[in-house]
Amino acid sequence: MPVISTHPDSVPVVSWRFGKGAVSIDKYIELEGYQAARKCLELGPDGIIGEMKASNLRGRGGAGFPTGMKWSFVPKQSAKPKYVLVNGDESEPGTCKDRLIFEHDPHSVIEGTLIAGLSVQARMGFIYLRGEYRYLLRIMERAVDEAYAKGFLGKNIFGSGIDFDIVTQTGAGAYEVGEESALMESLEGKRGIPRIRPPFPAVVGLYGGPTIINNAETIATVPHIFRIGAAEYAKIGTERNGGTRLFCLSGHLERPGVYELPMGYNLKKMIYEVGGGIPGGKKLKAVVPGGSSTPVLLPEEIDIGMDFDQVGKAGSMLGSGGVVVLDEDVCMVEFALRTMKFYRHESCGWCIPCREGTDWLEKSLTRLHAGGAVDKDIDNIRYLAENMLGRTFCPLGDAAAMPTIAFVKKFRKEFEDHLEGRGCPKHRVPEAALV
Amino acid sequence: MADVTFTVDGRKLTAPAGTLLIEACRAHGIEIPAFCYYPGLSLQAACRMCVVRIEKMPKLQTACTTTVAEGMIVTTESPEIAQARKATIELLLGNHPLDCPVCDAGGECELQDMTFKYGAHESKFVEIKQHREEQQWSPVVFFDRPRCILCYRCVRVCGEGMDVWALGIQNRGAGSVIAPNKQDHLECEECGMCIDICPVGALTSGTYRYKTRPWEMSHIGTVCTHCGDGCKTTLGVRRSNDGMDIVRGDNRDKSGINGDFLCIKGRYAFDFTERDDRLTKPLVRQSDGQLKPVTWEEAIDFAGKKLREIRDARGGKAIGVIGSNRTTNEEAYLLQKFARTVLGTNNIDHHRTTDYPAFVQALAGKPEASLRDFATAKAVLLIGGDATEQHPGLAWQIRTAVRLHGARLYVANHELIKLRRQATHFLEIGENDYASLAAYLGGDDAALSGDKATAFREGLRKEESLLVVFGAEYRGKAIEALVKLGSTLPNVKFACLGDHANARGASDMGLYPDLLPGYVPVTAGGTFAAEYGVEIGLGDLKADASRTHGLPAQPGLDMIQMFDAAERGELGALLVVGSNPVARYGIDAAVLKNTFVIAQDLFLTETAQLADVVFPAASLYEKSGTATNTFGDVQLVKKAADKAGVRTDFEIIVRLGAAMGADVRQLVPFGKAGVRADMGQARGAQSGEADRHGVWLAAHHLEPKLSPFDPFAIFDEIQRLVPAYDVSRLDLLAGNDQHVKPALVQITAAGARRDLVLPTNDTLFTSGTLGRYSRMLGSVMEARKPAETTAAE
Repeated sequence: MPVISTHPDSVPVVSWRFGKGAVSIDKYIELEGYQAARKCLELGPDGIIGEMKASNLRGRGGAGFPTGMKWSFVPKQSAKPKYVLVNGDESEPGTCKDRLIFEHDPHSVIEGTLIAGLSVQARMGFIYLRGEYRYLLRIMERAVDEAYAKGFLGKNIFGSGIDFDIVTQTGAGAYEVGEESALMESLEGKRGIPRIRPPFPAVVGLYGGPTIINNAETIATVPHIFRIGAAEYAKIGTERNGGTRLFCLSGHLERPGVYELPMGYNLKKMIYEVGGGIPGGKKLKAVVPGGSSTPVLLPEEIDIGMDFDQVGKAGSMLGSGGVVVLDEDVCMVEFALRTMKFYRHESCGWCIPCREGTDWLEKSLTRLHAGGAVDKDIDNIRYLAENMLGRTFCPLGDAAAMPTIAFVKKFRKEFEDHLEGRGCPKHRVPEAALV
Repeated sequence: MADVTFTVDGRKLTAPAGTLLIEACRAHGIEIPAFCYYPGLSLQAACRMCVVRIEKMPKLQTACTTTVAEGMIVTTESPEIAQARKATIELLLGNHPLDCPVCDAGGECELQDMTFKYGAHESKFVEIKQHREEQQWSPVVFFDRPRCILCYRCVRVCGEGMDVWALGIQNRGAGSVIAPNKQDHLECEECGMCIDICPVGALTSGTYRYKTRPWEMSHIGTVCTHCGDGCKTTLGVRRSNDGMDIVRGDNRDKSGINGDFLCIKGRYAFDFTERDDRLTKPLVRQSDGQLKPVTWEEAIDFAGKKLREIRDARGGKAIGVIGSNRTTNEEAYLLQKFARTVLGTNNIDHHRTTDYPAFVQALAGKPEASLRDFATAKAVLLIGGDATEQHPGLAWQIRTAVRLHGARLYVANHELIKLRRQATHFLEIGENDYASLAAYLGGDDAALSGDKATAFREGLRKEESLLVVFGAEYRGKAIEALVKLGSTLPNVKFACLGDHANARGASDMGLYPDLLPGYVPVTAGGTFAAEYGVEIGLGDLKADASRTHGLPAQPGLDMIQMFDAAERGELGALLVVGSNPVARYGIDAAVLKNTFVIAQDLFLTETAQLADVVFPAASLYEKSGTATNTFGDVQLVKKAADKAGVRTDFEIIVRLGAAMGADVRQLVPFGKAGVRADMGQARGAQSGEADRHGVWLAAHHLEPKLSPFDPFAIFDEIQRLVPAYDVSRLDLLAGNDQHVKPALVQITAAGARRDLVLPTNDTLFTSGTLGRYSRMLGSVMEARKPAETTAAE
């Protein structure tokens, strides 16, 4: 079983119960489990949302939208049933945090779902796991069964008179389904393609009902906020970026792993102190700060705090918290190609710019890497990516375009080194970091 | 909804709140390009061509998903927008084969047009295009995958529009492909909607592919010759060695009563016109018993002489006339006038596919529903028939009303017809329960029982407006009972379903032994006699043969009686125009052995094979005039095709009359004072110089060129005599459908008339005798036969 990595700077909030046997409901209860849900039953919807807003928790899926505000968008009155949907379709390359939560603390997801449901008076929640996480489904299902047995789920939960059900579901292996509206389509049994928005899920979501959709880490954080208090939680992070984050450190590091660190933790420190620096005394070449879709940062750009705002200011995104570290031996063309291979493979094909753009980018990068390109091909790659950006149906197109633009912009020289039949001067890419 | 005001490209526009920006712009003449957007289908926002700049929005927005809002400021063309569209086209062209010179869509391809407009003329890629072999999915549908731009219009029109759901999407990403849901072939209604809606040449049709370049065709909008819906079909015609060939049928301009829709018959089953066994020479039976080609003059003279002999020798009662459900109103009208005034007989009938006289009588001036009305109906009651099979245009209209306007559909049938899937209430009744149902709906509580029936009637009673449409299950008195429902509900309109393009016209024009045009009993034909300038009753036929004779005042023989008379040797001659009663009624050849039979037809049908004279007739696509669909919509029939050797039924009848010595001017009052001339609008492909002259002549108060073969000369007479047809001539000639006027008719004891209705029971892929001569329909039927079980390996 993979474990959470620790460092003296670690602040275990979400990972507080990891490794303590909290998979079992009795242990979970012993570790203050389901206290938050009881508290929330007393607080009522407005109280819950007030606390959530006070916690400054921002969505851990990548966009960083304030969670409390998202919940407050759900209309109070609705003719159709309301739902809570937990996005556990963790597929962003470089990201491997949600699986630890499902594996070590499944009840925190259940309790978080329940609290989200109470905040909007929903009566049903869905926990959606990525297809490749089928082995985690057993853990989740057992945990759900236990919660039903204890009366925490089902009819009259905690004797409150309120009913709440949870259903678990796995995907079939599509990155696109991590996009919230495609996730709803998939859950409804349809092709995993995104929906037109507006209407937004908070108003018209799953099965047409108002729906809260949150990343698994966001949901798992919720009970902890009520455990330690919203104000305490907010204090851990930086301004407007409350709490901690599970950072997934991978690539050329002495000590890769998932670390829970406060929001705003310095990236340079994260690489050199928490991650133990680059093996073999090699030089740092680049850092992908938040999963493969975020624009790459140069060594001189990494002295920044890892929160949504500061990384954004540096021209990239905090994203999913997947920090991929690349040493001097990496061929950036090959890395760009490997990234594009992923997006081409995962594009759902719905809209033209993404479907065709990723395909042509992959082809162009393949040819460039093999030495079959001329100078204007580099411009063309950038042209393609720039014309995808902001033009696609959903963010997947942006996710493919943004890093590509950054690769060409920041490593143009390296791209040029591949031209005119020369091909790749290096042949190494940390495949492991990208699987 | 209330109007909102917004600005597009600096122009202040107004549109109802909730209107899609792309539609609001189009309504004001601002075209925003789109591949995936299609009015009436679900929104995709997939092609990203309709991106526009809306103030205060960070990114370009798709006009197809944005609804207009008060104060919105929109830019639809700018360098930024042009670049976005150009980039999208460049991406599409990356894999799109540039086989435009041989592509069916070349010249009318939306991708071509957009490439031209946004100038994506430089190839950015050197990689080999992905090639895939072309696939044939059905006799009708071919798919050329590399040309597909994945706009999903075909998938949507098939599913949402047709409720067939035969197409889907396989794979994902760049590997996405449109595919039949049944692996390698389509199991569908073969309507071809997917082909017509395809913006590029990815879907092509079995009849049209690789036949022509689009600009080589002329396009003539006329009326489909097949079922009774009377859909408008625009025929693409091209000059050939022996006239004008029809190459294509479609309804792309949506100008007809059928909107977007055409079924397989309207779109593809025009191919009978070009069959090798099409009759192009008159045939006369020789002394050796064989039919031999002769000249038109010979055949006309021979037939005219024989008819006159028989009339003069044995009287009009020894002659029978059978008319057609597929000729124009003018031809049907002329045929009955010829029968009554020249042949001197009321022995005239046609294949009755439903009981229109009883319907018109029962309506007693209550309104009829136009085919148009169904698309926007609030509620529809459909009893009997199977509209999906027999009236696909109506089925489309009903589905549209349900899907886009939330109409409530009430279906009662003894079969589980497909339209029950759109029904709010479906009532399954016994095959013999139709009369009881009518009585029940009309208020007789004892006629039917059961909760479903109660809910059905309760639902209907709550409707504030209702269209009632029923099949041939209802005849005579039963129709009356059904129409009674109309007096219990507000805003009810009725429609009665009969088959073939002009079955209603044949009925309205008096192809009955007892009814004159407009359902006037032959016993009360005073106005007709006055118009024709003749006496009621037959004069001495021999005395003055050149004179048109009186109107026979006694009802003649109906279809069955005519064959009975023939069998007894009492029918000396039988003129059959565009009908195949021998096959339809199973008449034994021996029955006609003592009858001189004249047939006017396209093919040597079972009836024509027994004839003594066969005239090769023009099809509905090769003539002008008007036709009335089963809903009472009168439409212009335009001459699209031309075939050397054939003549219109109109011309054949006039010439037969002349050969018999009748006064042609009396038969067709051309050149008469007050006659309005056809200015050529009716002649479609043939219009040109002669028509310009006609317009000029009329403008200078000179007598326009008229001929006795001009159907509009007689349409004037129809309009004078049949009040229901007093429609706007201008609208008609402009190609707009006109609805017959509600008219009171008094048919003596309509309910007591002999029931001779014989429903055609056609399906989507059959069309009476004519349908058998369509290769396309034949190949579809062949493909749909259950696969023969292969021998065990």
